[in-house]
Amino acid sequence: MRWDWVRDHGDDILAATRQHMELTLIAVALGLLLSFPLGLVARRWRRTAGPILGFTGILFTIPSLALFALLVPFTGLSRTTAEIGLVGYTLLILVRNIVAGLDGVPDDVKEAAHGMGYRPLGQLLRVELPLALPVIIAGIRIATVTTIGLVTVTGLIGQGGLGAFIIEGINRDFRTPLVVGSVCSIALAVVADVALAGAARLLAPWSRR
Amino acid sequence: MSILTDVVDWFTTAEHWRGDLGVPHRLTEHALMSGAAVVTAMLIGLPLGIWLGHRGRGGAVAINLTNVGRAIPSLAILALTQQAIGLRGWPGFGARPAFVALVALAVPPLVTNAYVGMRGVDRDVVEAARGMGMTGGELLRRVELPIALPLVMAGVRTAAVQVVATATLAAVTAWGGLGRFIVDGFGQQDNAQIIAGALLVALMALVTELVLARVQRAIVSDGLRAEQVRVDEVLTAA
Repeated sequence: MRWDWVRDHGDDILAATRQHMELTLIAVALGLLLSFPLGLVARRWRRTAGPILGFTGILFTIPSLALFALLVPFTGLSRTTAEIGLVGYTLLILVRNIVAGLDGVPDDVKEAAHGMGYRPLGQLLRVELPLALPVIIAGIRIATVTTIGLVTVTGLIGQGGLGAFIIEGINRDFRTPLVVGSVCSIALAVVADVALAGAARLLAPWSRR
Repeated sequence: MSILTDVVDWFTTAEHWRGDLGVPHRLTEHALMSGAAVVTAMLIGLPLGIWLGHRGRGGAVAINLTNVGRAIPSLAILALTQQAIGLRGWPGFGARPAFVALVALAVPPLVTNAYVGMRGVDRDVVEAARGMGMTGGELLRRVELPIALPLVMAGVRTAAVQVVATATLAAVTAWGGLGRFIVDGFGQQDNAQIIAGALLVALMALVTELVLARVQRAIVSDGLRAEQVRVDEVLTAA
């Protein structure tokens, strides 16, 4: 380890960490925005669940480097390319957990809500979603940690946040940036995971064991 | 759409199908490396996950293994193993560290899914089997394993697809495989080669998933088909 390199590149490391967080945040936010309607459709019309999970499963199966590579000729070495790919990987996890979370709401509770005069939308927003929250947040945690790892791959298409250090380390056969990029990315994933676990406890205190 | 014709041209150029740099060689290389890594990881991960699940021990470790693995970028594992054991000039430069990295990445989802599958077996069923006089080994082989099989296979599928994906990334460090077409395509700014490589890689991952899904359908009991969307299946991506 060359600590002088770390000292000299303090600002770069901070900027890369910030970019890494931005790429992740945008991807998970857009992923959630797409997954909610998809999850609701899959649950309302059960026949669509197979195709929706099948399609998001195909997206999830395509290796990240291949997905980015397929997009580059069309959207260039850009943030758009990175985000399209990253959002694609969050969908399967988020849709799956949204559907399973809502499925897990006991029928008795739904009937009680109906009996109390809840309309379908009110029942969804004020009864079912809060009860599904722990499972949905569990999905958000997996999606976030997965995305933080995949952001490093976008370093190969000129984005990458901390991944840029990993690739610099590989290309120059120079261990310091490689270790810095890896360790910071892992730390980011752990912090995000712990923070989201904390959010789950605050938002759904009844699920605390 | 000139890019489409460029890609078709790339695939129909005889030169791209010959020799050590051709598609057949790269494809074989990729398949052999992935297959070897998955089988090795299965030999390590499945007995471990199944045994821990059977004994009901080490749950925190078995479950968190995948969480830890997910937090480590696959590119970082590849590059760090390359640094640690990929001494330049040694035989198998590039291949050996890639193999070690792939096995390391494939073990966690195998252990976790096998463990979760084994623990998910209804305790009443286990009690009933014991009441019928089954020994621990019989219980494991004839009751727990068949019921846990959907999740065990889910682990194998996830691990295999992740290995195929990560083997692609190994082209960035020092190894060959189908990722070479993408990485070299980036280097040469050759869009046709990039897309051709990406299509081959995507196809290989999808075929892997499809074949293993078929295997799963063939070996899992009809009574265990999941109608519900499962969240206990642990997923990883690369």
